[in-house]
Amino acid sequence: MALSEPAPHPAQEQIRPAAAGDSAFAAAARAVALRAPLKPAVPVPLPAAPEAAELTGPVFGTADVGPLDHDLTRQHHGEPIGERIVVAGRVTDRRGRPVRGQLVELWQANAAGRYAHPLDRHPAPLDPHFTGAGRCLTDGDGRYRFVTIRPGAYPLGSPDDAWRASHLHFSLFGTAFTQRLVTQMYFPGDPLLPADLIRNAVSDAAARARLVSALDRTLGEPGRSLGYRWDIVLDGPSATWTETGGAR
Amino acid sequence: MLLPPTPSQTIGPYYGTALPFPRGGDAAPAGHPAAVALHGHVRDGEGAPVPDALLEFWQAAPDGSLTGAPGSLRRDGETFTGWARVPTDRDGHYVLRTLLPGGAPYLALCVHARGLNRHLFTRVYVTDPPPGDALLAALPADRRATLLARPEAGRRDTYRFDVKLQGEGETVFLDWSAGD
Ligand SMILES: [Fe+3]
Repeated sequence: MALSEPAPHPAQEQIRPAAAGDSAFAAAARAVALRAPLKPAVPVPLPAAPEAAELTGPVFGTADVGPLDHDLTRQHHGEPIGERIVVAGRVTDRRGRPVRGQLVELWQANAAGRYAHPLDRHPAPLDPHFTGAGRCLTDGDGRYRFVTIRPGAYPLGSPDDAWRASHLHFSLFGTAFTQRLVTQMYFPGDPLLPADLIRNAVSDAAARARLVSALDRTLGEPGRSLGYRWDIVLDGPSATWTETGGAR
Repeated sequence: MLLPPTPSQTIGPYYGTALPFPRGGDAAPAGHPAAVALHGHVRDGEGAPVPDALLEFWQAAPDGSLTGAPGSLRRDGETFTGWARVPTDRDGHYVLRTLLPGGAPYLALCVHARGLNRHLFTRVYVTDPPPGDALLAALPADRRATLLARPEAGRRDTYRFDVKLQGEGETVFLDWSAGD
Protein backbone atom coordinates (compact mmCIF):
# COMPACT_ATOMS: atom_id res chain seq x y z
CA MET A 1 0.00 0.00 0.00
CA ALA A 2 1.32 3.39 -0.89
CA LEU A 3 0.49 5.15 2.33
CA SER A 4 1.69 3.80 5.64
CA GLU A 5 -1.07 3.34 8.16
CA PRO A 6 -0.30 5.38 11.22
CA ALA A 7 -2.45 5.11 14.34
CA PRO A 8 -5.77 6.84 13.61
CA HIS A 9 -5.84 10.48 14.53
CA PRO A 10 -8.18 11.04 17.49
CA ALA A 11 -10.24 13.57 15.54
CA GLN A 12 -10.77 11.07 12.72
CA GLU A 13 -11.89 8.43 15.19
CA GLN A 14 -14.63 10.78 16.32
CA ILE A 15 -15.69 11.73 12.82
CA ARG A 16 -16.01 8.22 11.48
CA PRO A 17 -19.22 6.91 13.09
CA ALA A 18 -21.27 9.92 12.06
CA ALA A 19 -19.72 10.45 8.65
CA ALA A 20 -19.23 6.98 7.27
CA GLY A 21 -21.69 5.12 9.46
CA ASP A 22 -25.15 3.68 9.03
CA SER A 23 -26.71 6.18 6.65
CA ALA A 24 -24.20 5.76 3.83
CA PHE A 25 -24.40 1.99 4.01
CA ALA A 26 -28.18 2.09 4.30
CA ALA A 27 -28.37 4.05 1.05
CA ALA A 28 -26.21 1.47 -0.70
CA ALA A 29 -28.25 -1.42 0.70
CA ARG A 30 -31.48 0.26 -0.40
CA ALA A 31 -30.08 0.69 -3.91
CA VAL A 32 -29.20 -2.99 -4.14
CA ALA A 33 -32.64 -4.07 -2.90
CA LEU A 34 -34.90 -1.67 -4.78
CA ARG A 35 -33.25 -0.91 -8.10
CA ALA A 36 -32.79 -4.27 -9.80
CA PRO A 37 -35.74 -5.13 -12.07
CA LEU A 38 -37.90 -8.05 -10.92
CA LYS A 39 -38.99 -9.12 -14.40
CA PRO A 40 -36.52 -10.84 -16.71
CA ALA A 41 -35.12 -8.65 -19.48
CA VAL A 42 -36.91 -9.22 -22.79
CA PRO A 43 -34.59 -11.01 -25.23
CA VAL A 44 -34.09 -9.24 -28.52
CA PRO A 45 -34.09 -11.90 -31.24
CA LEU A 46 -30.72 -12.04 -32.95
CA PRO A 47 -29.57 -11.26 -35.49
CA ALA A 48 -31.49 -8.05 -34.87
CA ALA A 49 -33.06 -6.09 -37.68
CA PRO A 50 -30.29 -4.22 -39.49
CA GLU A 51 -31.96 -0.89 -38.74
CA ALA A 52 -31.77 -1.51 -34.97
CA ALA A 53 -30.01 1.53 -33.56
CA GLU A 54 -28.29 -0.55 -30.88
CA LEU A 55 -26.06 -2.35 -33.38
CA THR A 56 -24.10 0.84 -33.86
CA GLY A 57 -22.85 3.29 -31.28
CA PRO A 58 -21.34 6.67 -30.58
CA VAL A 59 -18.12 7.73 -32.26
CA PHE A 60 -15.30 9.44 -30.42
CA GLY A 61 -12.27 11.21 -31.76
CA THR A 62 -9.24 13.22 -30.84
CA ALA A 63 -11.44 16.25 -30.13
CA ASP A 64 -12.99 14.31 -27.26
CA VAL A 65 -9.78 13.40 -25.45
CA GLY A 66 -6.85 15.68 -24.61
CA PRO A 67 -3.25 14.45 -24.95
CA LEU A 68 -2.78 14.34 -21.16
CA ASP A 69 -6.20 13.00 -20.21
CA HIS A 70 -4.76 9.50 -19.81
CA ASP A 71 -2.22 10.65 -17.18
CA LEU A 72 -3.95 11.15 -13.84
CA THR A 73 -0.64 12.15 -12.21
CA ARG A 74 -0.34 15.30 -14.35
CA GLN A 75 -3.69 16.99 -13.95
CA HIS A 76 -2.55 19.41 -11.23
CA HIS A 77 0.51 21.51 -10.55
CA GLY A 78 1.98 19.03 -8.08
CA GLU A 79 2.49 15.28 -8.02
CA PRO A 80 -0.17 13.19 -6.30
CA ILE A 81 0.82 11.12 -3.29
CA GLY A 82 0.96 7.38 -3.79
CA GLU A 83 2.55 4.55 -5.72
CA ARG A 84 2.68 5.46 -9.40
CA ILE A 85 1.39 2.77 -11.74
CA VAL A 86 0.73 2.22 -15.42
CA VAL A 87 -2.41 0.29 -16.30
CA ALA A 88 -2.65 -0.86 -19.90
CA GLY A 89 -4.20 -3.55 -22.04
CA ARG A 90 -6.16 -4.40 -25.11
CA VAL A 91 -9.89 -4.08 -25.78
CA THR A 92 -11.40 -6.66 -28.12
CA ASP A 93 -14.75 -8.18 -28.97
CA ARG A 94 -15.41 -11.83 -28.23
CA ARG A 95 -13.81 -12.86 -31.50
CA GLY A 96 -10.59 -11.15 -30.49
CA ARG A 97 -11.01 -8.31 -32.97
CA PRO A 98 -9.58 -5.04 -31.67
CA VAL A 99 -11.98 -2.28 -30.65
CA ARG A 100 -10.32 0.71 -32.33
CA GLY A 101 -10.57 4.40 -31.57
CA GLN A 102 -13.13 3.96 -28.82
CA LEU A 103 -13.43 5.77 -25.52
CA VAL A 104 -12.10 4.32 -22.27
CA GLU A 105 -12.88 6.23 -19.06
CA LEU A 106 -11.36 5.62 -15.64
CA TRP A 107 -12.16 6.84 -12.14
CA GLN A 108 -10.79 5.89 -8.75
CA ALA A 109 -10.08 6.75 -5.13
CA ASN A 110 -6.77 8.37 -4.17
CA ALA A 111 -3.94 6.53 -2.42
CA ALA A 112 -5.70 6.96 0.92
CA GLY A 113 -8.96 5.43 -0.33
CA ARG A 114 -10.88 8.70 -0.71
CA TYR A 115 -12.77 9.90 -3.79
CA ALA A 116 -12.65 13.56 -4.73
CA HIS A 117 -16.45 13.43 -4.73
CA PRO A 118 -18.74 15.36 -2.39
CA LEU A 119 -20.68 12.23 -1.43
CA ASP A 120 -17.59 10.37 -0.18
CA ARG A 121 -17.58 10.86 3.60
CA HIS A 122 -14.72 8.47 4.35
CA PRO A 123 -12.48 10.56 6.65
CA ALA A 124 -9.26 9.77 4.78
CA PRO A 125 -7.34 12.75 3.39
CA LEU A 126 -8.10 14.29 0.03
CA ASP A 127 -5.09 14.88 -2.22
CA PRO A 128 -5.05 18.37 -3.77
CA HIS A 129 -3.02 16.97 -6.66
CA PHE A 130 -5.32 14.09 -7.53
CA THR A 131 -8.84 14.11 -8.95
CA GLY A 132 -8.86 10.47 -9.99
CA ALA A 133 -10.56 10.72 -13.39
CA GLY A 134 -9.04 10.04 -16.81
CA ARG A 135 -9.89 9.03 -20.34
CA CYS A 136 -8.20 7.82 -23.50
CA LEU A 137 -8.97 6.38 -26.91
CA THR A 138 -7.95 2.86 -27.91
CA ASP A 139 -5.34 2.77 -30.67
CA GLY A 140 -5.41 0.91 -33.98
CA ASP A 141 -4.74 -2.36 -32.18
CA GLY A 142 -7.36 -1.77 -29.47
CA ARG A 143 -4.78 -0.80 -26.85
CA TYR A 144 -5.37 1.66 -24.02
CA ARG A 145 -2.94 3.02 -21.41
CA PHE A 146 -3.31 5.07 -18.22
CA VAL A 147 -0.71 6.52 -15.87
CA THR A 148 -2.06 6.89 -12.34
CA ILE A 149 -1.47 5.99 -8.70
CA ARG A 150 -2.57 2.85 -6.95
CA PRO A 151 -5.85 3.53 -5.12
CA GLY A 152 -6.27 2.74 -1.45
CA ALA A 153 -8.85 0.42 0.09
CA TYR A 154 -11.90 2.02 1.69
CA PRO A 155 -14.64 0.96 4.11
CA LEU A 156 -18.24 0.46 3.04
CA GLY A 157 -19.56 1.67 6.38
CA SER A 158 -21.35 -1.61 6.94
CA PRO A 159 -22.13 -2.96 10.43
CA ASP A 160 -19.50 -5.69 9.99
CA ASP A 161 -16.87 -3.23 8.69
CA ALA A 162 -16.58 -4.60 5.16
CA TRP A 163 -13.88 -2.91 2.99
CA ARG A 164 -13.45 -2.56 -0.72
CA ALA A 165 -10.27 -4.01 -2.20
CA SER A 166 -8.22 -1.54 -4.24
CA HIS A 167 -9.99 -1.06 -7.56
CA LEU A 168 -10.23 1.12 -10.65
CA HIS A 169 -13.62 1.90 -12.19
CA PHE A 170 -13.66 1.52 -16.00
CA SER A 171 -16.17 2.61 -18.64
CA LEU A 172 -15.85 1.28 -22.20
CA PHE A 173 -17.59 1.64 -25.54
CA GLY A 174 -17.53 -0.88 -28.33
CA THR A 175 -18.61 -0.37 -31.91
CA ALA A 176 -22.21 -1.04 -30.87
CA PHE A 177 -24.35 0.39 -28.08
CA THR A 178 -25.00 -3.20 -26.94
CA GLN A 179 -21.28 -3.61 -26.19
CA ARG A 180 -21.29 -0.92 -23.52
CA LEU A 181 -19.36 -2.00 -20.43
CA VAL A 182 -18.90 -0.44 -17.00
CA THR A 183 -16.79 -2.51 -14.66
CA GLN A 184 -14.01 -2.52 -12.07
CA MET A 185 -10.40 -3.72 -12.17
CA TYR A 186 -8.56 -5.21 -9.20
CA PHE A 187 -4.92 -5.82 -8.27
CA PRO A 188 -3.31 -9.28 -8.04
CA GLY A 189 -2.58 -10.62 -4.57
CA ASP A 190 -4.72 -8.08 -2.74
CA PRO A 191 -5.68 -9.74 0.56
CA LEU A 192 -9.05 -7.96 0.52
CA LEU A 193 -10.10 -9.58 -2.78
CA PRO A 194 -11.80 -12.73 -1.42
CA ALA A 195 -14.16 -10.72 0.80
CA ASP A 196 -14.90 -7.82 -1.54
CA LEU A 197 -18.72 -7.65 -1.67
CA ILE A 198 -18.90 -5.86 -5.02
CA ARG A 199 -16.50 -8.19 -6.78
CA ASN A 200 -18.33 -11.15 -5.28
CA ALA A 201 -21.53 -9.95 -6.94
CA VAL A 202 -20.08 -11.78 -9.96
CA SER A 203 -21.10 -15.33 -9.04
CA ASP A 204 -18.87 -17.24 -11.46
CA ALA A 205 -15.34 -17.72 -10.11
CA ALA A 206 -13.70 -17.73 -13.54
CA ALA A 207 -15.47 -14.51 -14.47
CA ARG A 208 -14.45 -12.96 -11.15
CA ALA A 209 -10.83 -13.85 -11.89
CA ARG A 210 -11.03 -11.91 -15.15
CA LEU A 211 -11.50 -8.70 -13.16
CA VAL A 212 -7.99 -8.99 -11.69
CA SER A 213 -5.05 -7.43 -13.55
CA ALA A 214 -1.57 -8.95 -13.79
CA LEU A 215 1.71 -7.36 -12.83
CA ASP A 216 3.59 -6.74 -16.08
CA ARG A 217 7.01 -5.21 -15.64
CA THR A 218 7.27 -4.44 -19.35
CA LEU A 219 4.43 -1.93 -19.10
CA GLY A 220 5.89 0.19 -16.31
CA GLU A 221 8.26 3.12 -16.67
CA PRO A 222 11.72 2.00 -15.42
CA GLY A 223 12.59 3.63 -12.13
CA ARG A 224 9.24 5.36 -11.96
CA SER A 225 6.24 3.06 -12.01
CA LEU A 226 5.10 -0.57 -12.02
CA GLY A 227 2.88 -1.78 -14.82
CA TYR A 228 -0.33 -3.77 -14.62
CA ARG A 229 -1.89 -5.44 -17.62
CA TRP A 230 -5.64 -5.82 -17.95
CA ASP A 231 -7.24 -6.96 -21.20
CA ILE A 232 -10.95 -6.37 -21.70
CA VAL A 233 -13.40 -8.37 -23.80
CA LEU A 234 -16.66 -6.68 -24.76
CA ASP A 235 -19.84 -8.72 -25.08
CA GLY A 236 -22.93 -8.13 -27.16
CA PRO A 237 -23.77 -8.05 -30.84
CA SER A 238 -22.80 -5.36 -33.31
CA ALA A 239 -23.55 -4.70 -36.95
CA THR A 240 -20.31 -6.38 -38.01
CA TRP A 241 -21.05 -9.30 -35.72
CA THR A 242 -24.35 -10.16 -37.39
CA GLU A 243 -22.91 -9.58 -40.85
CA THR A 244 -20.59 -12.51 -40.35
CA GLY A 245 -23.33 -14.95 -39.57
CA GLY A 246 -24.51 -14.06 -36.09
CA ALA A 247 -23.21 -15.18 -32.75
CA ARG A 248 -25.00 -18.47 -32.52
CA MET B 1 -14.55 -20.03 -30.53
CA LEU B 2 -15.45 -17.00 -28.47
CA LEU B 3 -13.45 -15.26 -25.76
CA PRO B 4 -15.20 -15.04 -22.40
CA PRO B 5 -16.41 -11.48 -21.80
CA THR B 6 -15.21 -9.22 -19.01
CA PRO B 7 -17.99 -9.11 -16.40
CA SER B 8 -19.90 -5.95 -15.65
CA GLN B 9 -19.69 -4.24 -12.23
CA THR B 10 -21.81 -1.50 -10.72
CA ILE B 11 -21.07 2.10 -11.62
CA GLY B 12 -21.19 2.92 -7.89
CA PRO B 13 -21.90 6.33 -6.35
CA TYR B 14 -18.72 8.20 -7.31
CA TYR B 15 -18.68 8.37 -11.12
CA GLY B 16 -19.58 12.05 -11.01
CA THR B 17 -16.02 13.35 -11.29
CA ALA B 18 -15.39 11.31 -14.42
CA LEU B 19 -18.39 10.65 -16.64
CA PRO B 20 -20.75 13.65 -16.83
CA PHE B 21 -19.52 16.38 -19.18
CA PRO B 22 -20.69 19.89 -20.07
CA ARG B 23 -23.89 19.95 -22.15
CA GLY B 24 -23.95 16.15 -22.07
CA GLY B 25 -27.75 16.21 -22.25
CA ASP B 26 -27.80 18.62 -25.20
CA ALA B 27 -27.66 16.33 -28.20
CA ALA B 28 -29.47 18.90 -30.36
CA PRO B 29 -27.24 21.64 -31.75
CA ALA B 30 -27.75 24.93 -29.93
CA GLY B 31 -30.83 26.79 -31.13
CA HIS B 32 -31.85 24.09 -33.60
CA PRO B 33 -35.43 24.81 -34.73
CA ALA B 34 -36.43 21.13 -34.59
CA ALA B 35 -35.06 20.48 -31.09
CA VAL B 36 -37.33 18.64 -28.68
CA ALA B 37 -37.07 18.02 -24.94
CA LEU B 38 -37.42 14.55 -23.46
CA HIS B 39 -37.61 14.45 -19.71
CA GLY B 40 -38.79 12.32 -16.82
CA HIS B 41 -37.95 10.68 -13.53
CA VAL B 42 -36.07 7.54 -12.64
CA ARG B 43 -37.73 5.74 -9.72
CA ASP B 44 -36.93 2.68 -7.63
CA GLY B 45 -39.18 -0.20 -6.51
CA GLU B 46 -40.90 1.94 -3.90
CA GLY B 47 -41.37 4.87 -6.26
CA ALA B 48 -38.60 6.90 -4.66
CA PRO B 49 -36.54 9.05 -7.02
CA VAL B 50 -33.09 7.74 -7.99
CA PRO B 51 -30.81 10.76 -7.65
CA ASP B 52 -27.60 9.09 -8.85
CA ALA B 53 -28.58 7.39 -12.10
CA LEU B 54 -26.68 8.06 -15.32
CA LEU B 55 -28.66 7.88 -18.56
CA GLU B 56 -27.00 7.39 -21.95
CA PHE B 57 -28.92 7.82 -25.19
CA TRP B 58 -27.99 6.70 -28.69
CA GLN B 59 -30.20 7.34 -31.69
CA ALA B 60 -30.44 7.83 -35.43
CA ALA B 61 -30.12 11.31 -36.88
CA PRO B 62 -33.25 12.92 -38.38
CA ASP B 63 -32.18 11.60 -41.80
CA GLY B 64 -32.08 8.06 -40.40
CA SER B 65 -28.31 7.72 -40.42
CA LEU B 66 -26.70 5.77 -37.59
CA THR B 67 -23.13 6.71 -38.27
CA GLY B 68 -22.81 9.25 -35.46
CA ALA B 69 -20.03 11.81 -35.49
CA PRO B 70 -16.96 12.26 -33.34
CA GLY B 71 -16.98 15.03 -30.79
CA SER B 72 -19.53 13.42 -28.50
CA LEU B 73 -17.74 14.66 -25.36
CA ARG B 74 -16.90 18.13 -26.68
CA ARG B 75 -20.08 19.68 -27.96
CA ASP B 76 -19.18 22.05 -30.77
CA GLY B 77 -22.72 23.45 -30.85
CA GLU B 78 -23.28 22.42 -34.47
CA THR B 79 -22.74 18.71 -34.93
CA PHE B 80 -25.40 16.13 -34.13
CA THR B 81 -23.48 13.14 -32.74
CA GLY B 82 -26.50 10.98 -31.85
CA TRP B 83 -25.19 10.41 -28.35
CA ALA B 84 -26.00 11.99 -25.01
CA ARG B 85 -25.19 11.36 -21.38
CA VAL B 86 -27.18 12.93 -18.57
CA PRO B 87 -27.17 12.25 -14.83
CA THR B 88 -30.39 12.50 -12.83
CA ASP B 89 -30.64 15.37 -10.36
CA ARG B 90 -31.55 15.18 -6.67
CA ASP B 91 -35.18 14.61 -7.57
CA GLY B 92 -34.31 11.74 -9.90
CA HIS B 93 -35.15 13.94 -12.90
CA TYR B 94 -33.35 14.18 -16.22
CA VAL B 95 -33.73 16.36 -19.31
CA LEU B 96 -32.46 15.50 -22.79
CA ARG B 97 -32.61 17.99 -25.65
CA THR B 98 -32.37 16.25 -28.96
CA LEU B 99 -33.71 15.89 -32.51
CA LEU B 100 -36.33 13.29 -33.36
CA PRO B 101 -34.75 10.23 -35.00
CA GLY B 102 -35.44 9.20 -38.56
CA GLY B 103 -35.46 5.50 -39.46
CA ALA B 104 -35.49 3.57 -36.18
CA PRO B 105 -38.31 5.41 -34.34
CA TYR B 106 -36.77 5.28 -30.89
CA LEU B 107 -33.88 6.36 -28.73
CA ALA B 108 -31.77 3.53 -27.35
CA LEU B 109 -31.31 4.10 -23.62
CA CYS B 110 -28.73 2.64 -21.25
CA VAL B 111 -29.41 3.18 -17.54
CA HIS B 112 -26.56 3.02 -15.05
CA ALA B 113 -27.03 3.31 -11.29
CA ARG B 114 -25.45 2.37 -8.02
CA GLY B 115 -26.85 -0.96 -6.86
CA LEU B 116 -27.17 -2.37 -10.39
CA ASN B 117 -24.52 -4.98 -11.10
CA ARG B 118 -25.11 -4.36 -14.77
CA HIS B 119 -26.55 -1.44 -16.71
CA LEU B 120 -30.03 -1.77 -18.20
CA PHE B 121 -30.95 -1.34 -21.86
CA THR B 122 -34.33 -0.08 -22.96
CA ARG B 123 -35.93 1.96 -25.75
CA VAL B 124 -37.77 5.26 -25.79
CA TYR B 125 -40.23 5.37 -28.69
CA VAL B 126 -40.68 9.06 -29.38
CA THR B 127 -42.45 9.06 -32.72
CA ASP B 128 -45.45 6.96 -33.74
CA PRO B 129 -43.99 3.47 -33.85
CA PRO B 130 -44.73 1.57 -37.06
CA PRO B 131 -47.47 -1.03 -36.52
CA GLY B 132 -45.04 -3.78 -37.42
CA ASP B 133 -42.41 -2.93 -34.82
CA ALA B 134 -41.27 -6.39 -33.78
CA LEU B 135 -40.36 -5.56 -30.21
CA LEU B 136 -43.52 -3.63 -29.38
CA ALA B 137 -45.71 -6.22 -31.09
CA ALA B 138 -44.27 -8.97 -28.89
CA LEU B 139 -45.14 -7.19 -25.62
CA PRO B 140 -48.45 -7.21 -23.73
CA ALA B 141 -50.16 -3.82 -23.94
CA ASP B 142 -49.42 -2.71 -20.37
CA ARG B 143 -45.74 -3.47 -20.71
CA ARG B 144 -45.57 -1.93 -24.18
CA ALA B 145 -46.75 1.36 -22.73
CA THR B 146 -43.61 1.60 -20.59
CA LEU B 147 -41.56 2.18 -23.75
CA LEU B 148 -43.66 4.97 -25.21
CA ALA B 149 -42.78 8.60 -24.57
CA ARG B 150 -45.88 10.79 -24.19
CA PRO B 151 -46.21 14.28 -25.66
CA GLU B 152 -46.52 16.59 -22.68
CA ALA B 153 -49.93 18.29 -22.62
CA GLY B 154 -49.64 22.03 -23.05
CA ARG B 155 -45.91 22.01 -23.74
CA ARG B 156 -44.74 22.20 -27.30
CA ASP B 157 -42.03 19.84 -28.46
CA THR B 158 -41.80 18.22 -25.04
CA TYR B 159 -42.07 14.52 -24.29
CA ARG B 160 -42.13 12.66 -21.01
CA PHE B 161 -40.51 9.27 -20.39
CA ASP B 162 -40.20 7.88 -16.87
CA VAL B 163 -38.02 4.92 -15.97
CA LYS B 164 -39.37 2.57 -13.30
CA LEU B 165 -36.54 0.26 -12.32
CA GLN B 166 -38.58 -2.24 -10.34
CA GLY B 167 -42.08 -3.30 -9.33
CA GLU B 168 -45.42 -1.93 -10.49
CA GLY B 169 -45.12 -0.34 -13.92
CA GLU B 170 -41.60 -1.71 -14.28
CA THR B 171 -40.01 -0.52 -17.52
CA VAL B 172 -39.30 -3.20 -20.12
CA PHE B 173 -35.56 -3.80 -20.22
CA LEU B 174 -33.87 -5.59 -23.09
CA ASP B 175 -31.53 -8.56 -23.17
CA TRP B 176 -29.00 -8.39 -26.01
CA SER B 177 -26.98 -11.38 -24.89
CA ALA B 178 -29.03 -14.08 -26.63
CA GLY B 179 -26.26 -14.31 -29.20
CA ASP B 180 -24.03 -16.56 -27.10
FE1 LIG C 1 -15.05 2.56 -5.93
